[in-house]
Amino acid sequence: MDALLLHRIHFAFTVTFHYLFPQLTMGLALLIVALKTIAIRHKDERYNQAARFWAKIFAVNFLLGVVTGIPMEFQFGTNWSQFARVTGGVIGQPLAMEGVFSFFLESAFLGLFLFGEKRLSAWGHWAAAFLVFVGSWISGFFIIVTNAWMQHPVAYRVLPNGGYGVSSFWGLLTNPWALLEYAHNMSGAVITGSFVMCSVGALYLLEDRFNEYGRIFLKVGVIAGVISCVAQIFPTGDFQGRYMAKHQPAAVAAMEGLFNSQTGAPIVLIGQPDEITQHIDNPIAVNDVLSFLIYGTVKAEVTGLDKIPRDQWPSPMPLLFYAYHIMAGLGTYFALIMATAAFLLWRGKLFGTHWALWALLLSFPFPYIANTAGWLTAEIGRQPWIVYGLIRVPEGYSKYVSAGNTLFTLLGFMGMYTVLSILFVVLVYRIIDHGPAAGEMPSISTNAAVTG
Amino acid sequence: MGFIWFWLVAIMLVGYVVLDGFDLGVGILHVFLPRSEREKQLMLRSIGPVWDGNEVWLLAGGGTLYFAFPLLYASAFSGFYLALMIVLWLLIMRGAAVELRMKVESGVWRSFFDGVFFISSALLAVFYGAALANVIRGVPLQADGYFFLPLWTDWRVGPHPGILDWYTVIGGVVALAALALHGALYLTVKTEGELQQRARTLARRLWLAVLLLTVLSLPASVIARPDTLANYRSYPLTFAVPLVVFLSLLGMSFFSRTDADRKAFTSSCVYLAVMLVGAAIALYPRLLPSTTDASYDITIDKALSGPHTLHVGLIWWSFGMLCALTYFVIVYRMFRGKVSLEGGGYEH
Ligand code: HDD
Ligand code: HEM
Ligand code: HEM
Repeated sequence: MDALLLHRIHFAFTVTFHYLFPQLTMGLALLIVALKTIAIRHKDERYNQAARFWAKIFAVNFLLGVVTGIPMEFQFGTNWSQFARVTGGVIGQPLAMEGVFSFFLESAFLGLFLFGEKRLSAWGHWAAAFLVFVGSWISGFFIIVTNAWMQHPVAYRVLPNGGYGVSSFWGLLTNPWALLEYAHNMSGAVITGSFVMCSVGALYLLEDRFNEYGRIFLKVGVIAGVISCVAQIFPTGDFQGRYMAKHQPAAVAAMEGLFNSQTGAPIVLIGQPDEITQHIDNPIAVNDVLSFLIYGTVKAEVTGLDKIPRDQWPSPMPLLFYAYHIMAGLGTYFALIMATAAFLLWRGKLFGTHWALWALLLSFPFPYIANTAGWLTAEIGRQPWIVYGLIRVPEGYSKYVSAGNTLFTLLGFMGMYTVLSILFVVLVYRIIDHGPAAGEMPSISTNAAVTG
Repeated sequence: MGFIWFWLVAIMLVGYVVLDGFDLGVGILHVFLPRSEREKQLMLRSIGPVWDGNEVWLLAGGGTLYFAFPLLYASAFSGFYLALMIVLWLLIMRGAAVELRMKVESGVWRSFFDGVFFISSALLAVFYGAALANVIRGVPLQADGYFFLPLWTDWRVGPHPGILDWYTVIGGVVALAALALHGALYLTVKTEGELQQRARTLARRLWLAVLLLTVLSLPASVIARPDTLANYRSYPLTFAVPLVVFLSLLGMSFFSRTDADRKAFTSSCVYLAVMLVGAAIALYPRLLPSTTDASYDITIDKALSGPHTLHVGLIWWSFGMLCALTYFVIVYRMFRGKVSLEGGGYEH
């Protein structure tokens, strides 16, 4: 294998694994604030207990997010040094801001949130939870700003030494691409959080244990879920797609599997693209829909891959096509199942409807798949550019780091992450099995109960 | 601008070493000092709520380095590729060990993580010391600003060294001893009774080692890089730095003999900070010297980012770090005093 491909796989593997954890962190942080708020407003201790239970899962998940996030911060330099060197003046900025503004906030108040409940007033503890939530959402913002600049570079100028620098700080932070991407991505995180919460709730009801908490989890999870699932498709997913059609036509053509430019372009629901014959096998397609979705009229012409020079096709194109279809297909499924669950909840029937509980119980892996597929769509769609229109991927990697060395560390990360995954699953299983009613503090490991 | 950002990055790295330094120190002592499960838990609890925040100094420092000096970030991180990846793995192992050890009530599980915690902490200390020594010694930079170092070659300091050679190994051992001492002094502040007594005794022994190694490291540096003292000669005021190093060493010994634990620990903080500042002075205005050709040195001017970035950066950086310091004050006040196991019980 050549070094470039290994560097790509190296980055893709570590970041994909990392993002499994922050999506739950960011989603749960919001839901925990919601639980704490209800507990205070309704003076209902059960909601506090529920928040403590989720805090335990949050803590394990957060740890995994931290330890897998640290390598990310350094990999721009280790594996993409040429890219880092020329763009550091731009994207180094949001990355450094992420550290300074959000990681300090998050880590400090997570300590207080997990270990300080006895020392803080009810509102003080609420505030700690709220600041953890703010920290994680700011963190998500800065990382998205970084990524959005690579998708759609704005507010930069070329420096005398050939690198790029920021020409407008606000321009960088208010990159329209970043705002759209942020809305869509955060909504996706809330989907993960609510599906996980619903799944545990459904498990408890089906097992007939901790029923009271099961109902709380389902109620909060379904309400958050139905809102975020709708928001994921419209407006955020829809806007994202239209903006992309304007600025990354090659990516849209590839992810929709549109080989030929046409008016009344069809949307392909299922099919297998063949890059050589430029043809979709076994297509199930609906005419006109794609033109309508992007331009609001069936008459509009949508650019196909035939208008794009072959060396600017995103690659691997079929993977892009599947990733996008998996995301959008699951998005439709999420909206349907959550709408159904919300309807049952409203009619007071959800807690007794076994097939719905089973569906919720088994659905928790899908948001992870959809989020990962969404990122694959974004990142492969950007190919062959590392910064869209400015720098190509082969100009970005670390030429002095050989294929052998890259494979060595890739295998190292794979081994390490396998062990971490096993530990994570075991620990979360134990927490869920132990249940929320144990009536003690979320005393996570070394929490210092310190005499003051 | 270059001058300011050089020192801002240096301050963040100093912050990292002083703060995470005691977490590592506690990890290094974790297999020697405690005599019972209770004492192990006390030691872990003493760093439990703070280690993650301390580690953020590394991330924020790395990020700041990236945007202020992109060339340095790119060159050094790809050049030290293997060592850096090992450091990342060790950081993963350390974090996992601190947090996961207590989660399962099983002797085998806990012993396993005790071992992981010790090995990762000790090796991290060695790698950090060796990293600093690498920067002082210099690396075989090419004309395009890049290099790649294998983990070791022939262990000699030449134009084509490895990441480990006799000089950088000395650097690693200095760091190992200094951070172990730092951790021992931290424990004298946070614990009481027998454990505290043992920490004091150990600190005194370690102190001797640190003293000898510190004295040894100076001539070693001059051999590895003959112009180490050039900046000192041009600005004699800077000789205050070695003086403070010496005073802080004396302070550690004096205060720990008189059981003034806080002061002894503070001296150790000063010692670590000033050792690093001393290295920074020796380097300035270079960021990464070359062993091949002095004109390839990565200097502040060569590596500096664009002007707008740096101006705006100064504003948000100051504001952000002010916030960060506030959080640190809140957290450390909240968890001040001696650790105990009572209250807040354990699960599983
Ligand atoms: C629960 C997860 C989830 C679901 C159900 C959807 N998405 Fe998504 N999508 C994401 C999670 C996600 C993501 C992981 O959050 C991405 C990656 C980058 C980003 O901003 O969000 C993403 C990216 C992404 C992109 C690429 C943006 C880019 O290149 O930067 C488009 C065009 C869409 N989405 C559109 C949609 C549409 C039309 C959906 C309708 C069903 C949809 N997404 C459902
Ligand atoms: C968690 C979400 C993310 C996932 C799953 C993801 C996935 C990927 C994948 C699959 C690749 C390889 C693409 C290819 O080579 O075909 C890639 C490359 C890359 N991504 Fe991401 N990415 C994510 C977030 C980010 C973010 C937030 C950034 C920037 C801050 C980023 C920066 C990069 C860089 C620098 C590369 C290497 C260059 C390239 O191959 O284009 N990624 N990512
Ligand atoms: C979709 C992309 C990403 C999002 C939304 C995201 C978000 C987050 C969040 C919310 C956390 C807090 C801890 C946790 O969630 O468990 C975190 C941790 C971390 N992330 Fe990411 N991340 C992404 C990708 C990246 C990338 C590409 C980098 C590399 C620059 C990175 C660097 C880090 C670091 C260093 C941490 C540890 C912080 C700590 O100590 O608190 N992340 N990430």
